[in-house]
Amino acid sequence: MAEVLVLVEHSGGEVKKITNELLTAAARLGEPAAVVVASPGIAGKLRDRLAAYGAVKIYIAESEEVDRYLTAPAVGVLAALVASVRPVAVILAASPDGKEIAGKLAVRTGSGLLSDVVELAADGTATHSVFGGSYLAKSRATTPVAVITVRAGAIEPRQTPGAATEQPIEIPAVSARTAKVLERRLIEGGDRPELTEASVVVSGGRGVGSADNFRVVEKLADALGAAVGASRAAVDSGYYPHQFQVGQTGKTVSPQLYVALGISGAIQHRAGMQTSHTIVAVNKDPQAPIFEIADFGVVGDLFTIAHQLTEIVTIRKS
Amino acid sequence: MNIVVLIKQVPDTWSARTLTDSDHTLDRASAEVVLDEINERALEEALKIKEAGQGEVTVVTMGPPRAAEAIRKALSMGADKAVHLSDETLHGSCAIATAKALAKVIGTLGDVDLIIAGNEATDGTVAAVPAMVAEVLGLPELTHARTVTLQGRTVTVERQTDDAITVLQAELPAVISVNEKINEPRYPSFKGIMAAKRKPVSTLSLADAGVERTEVGLANATSTVIESAPCPPRVAGQIVTDEGEGAAMLADYLIGQKLI
Ligand SMILES: Cc1cc2nc3c(=O)[nH]c(=O)nc-3n(C[C@H](O)[C@H](O)[C@H](O)COP(=O)(O)OP(=O)(O)OC[C@H]3O[C@@H](n4cnc5c(N)ncnc54)[C@H](O)[C@@H]3O)c2cc1C
Ligand SMILES: Nc1ncnc2c1ncn2[C@@H]1O[C@H](COP(=O)(O)O)[C@@H](O)[C@H]1O
Repeated sequence: MAEVLVLVEHSGGEVKKITNELLTAAARLGEPAAVVVASPGIAGKLRDRLAAYGAVKIYIAESEEVDRYLTAPAVGVLAALVASVRPVAVILAASPDGKEIAGKLAVRTGSGLLSDVVELAADGTATHSVFGGSYLAKSRATTPVAVITVRAGAIEPRQTPGAATEQPIEIPAVSARTAKVLERRLIEGGDRPELTEASVVVSGGRGVGSADNFRVVEKLADALGAAVGASRAAVDSGYYPHQFQVGQTGKTVSPQLYVALGISGAIQHRAGMQTSHTIVAVNKDPQAPIFEIADFGVVGDLFTIAHQLTEIVTIRKS
Repeated sequence: MNIVVLIKQVPDTWSARTLTDSDHTLDRASAEVVLDEINERALEEALKIKEAGQGEVTVVTMGPPRAAEAIRKALSMGADKAVHLSDETLHGSCAIATAKALAKVIGTLGDVDLIIAGNEATDGTVAAVPAMVAEVLGLPELTHARTVTLQGRTVTVERQTDDAITVLQAELPAVISVNEKINEPRYPSFKGIMAAKRKPVSTLSLADAGVERTEVGLANATSTVIESAPCPPRVAGQIVTDEGEGAAMLADYLIGQKLI
């Protein structure tokens, strides 16, 4: 069976959840081969998890150089592997880095790029959710190798043991014309679930009114075990940090439950959340467009409703 | 300083966006189109750099004849000139072909110091064309910038992604992509709108840009869409007005759905 390369996403010596999803997707097309590009000593820590999700092989490219550049070492390693092992596909996360590595790899190897895929079939047909979930489109690469980026949370990860045979490989020299990383300041994730992975998301909009008031949104989120999201208006007003923006130019989320508090429901916000399983909204304006897509809506004051709902949920849990 | 800004005309995100039934490409004819907002920010950054020193800002786009409207907008904001790659054969080009064609057009502009793009287009959301153009041209890319600083021939950006702020540095020439929070783009002034009418726009065919016909278009794409279908629109559910019982009713609904 042909190999399918999976670029492993990891941080702090741990495999990120998306990697399990990528390995699961890869197993549909061929033999999953994990590719770890990291500073020395990391791959050993990742091995067990990669084996548990079906990695037949692990290509290990370790060097101190890796942290000095953003994507170039990974592009070099994957391009070399494409030439030597002739995989049917290379699968990466549809993250900012994953998308850029994929794009550069596609150029370098002349391979078709299938971007931001939400489903992948055994014959290589990829499904994309386009225009903020208003269309589904299916595509295929017309080249021998397909470079595919997969959206986080779209594919149900499946545990299945793999041999995880380790094979060290060289990192090709990085071109002198590559941007250097001077500094990397990690943004702390906090204790709440990751936005794109959470099964419940509670989002606040401009109606929340201030950064302090966002405590109300956070309290309801914590009672529900949810991630917190925000509209662009809330982010632009400085109520909540950028990485929590949901929508066209923010995150796309598809949780079991999406709670919109003080969000009008502009088309660009809907683009990031309308594929949620259940949507509930609280807004004081009965004409707010969010009500057109809400499964349950309350016309009322978000502070009153969020506070009372937090109490009800807390009591039910105890 | 010779700065190129890559701009793209996209369907307005405020309007209903559709794919054509015939070849599953974006229905550009029926859509209301605008200069993608992120490209206004890319241009704003270029204009700031120009105003802080000296130089020329050229906007480059690959798109149908209608994209001339997006060019007009960019020129009224303050770009000096424009190049429009427009050829029927380009219809349905894949991301690789797009990056290669844009690189060819940039190649016709002489010594370019800085290429500035948006980090992601609102239609295709590939979020890779800037890095791909850099790959074709063999230039460094500094993407998702929330700040850009130039000192002599050294460019430094703060790259903002979910998990980190990464400070990147390279020597010019380089490719930059900017994020949505980098700046507030200016509005075209009346003077700017009038001046735009006299600014040079060169429209290039494939042959003018030196792009091979076999490298572009739907027929030569490295990936193709084989089917597409609109998702059924969501329908409104139950809406209640809070008269003291709103939260309890919402809780009952969530309990009924086994969500709490
Ligand atoms: C290219 C482009 C990309 C965009 N990308 C995004 C994106 O990624 N994400 C995004 O969200 N937006 C995006 N937007 C912006 C979008 O058009 C809207 O401006 C934005 O979503 C509005 O946010 P909002 O609903 O919080 O604010 P508003 O539209 O101002 O709505 C606030 C709502 O709060 C309600 N309210 C106020 N006080 C209370 C209260 N006490 N109790 C209950 N309700 C209350 C009001 O009735 C109102 O409906 C984009 C726009 C463009 C052009
Ligand atoms: N056809 C095009 N013409 C000019 N610039 C483009 C084109 N396609 C993409 N770009 C540039 O690349 C950026 C990111 O687009 P994308 O990678 O397609 O999401 C855009 O904001 C533009 O700056």
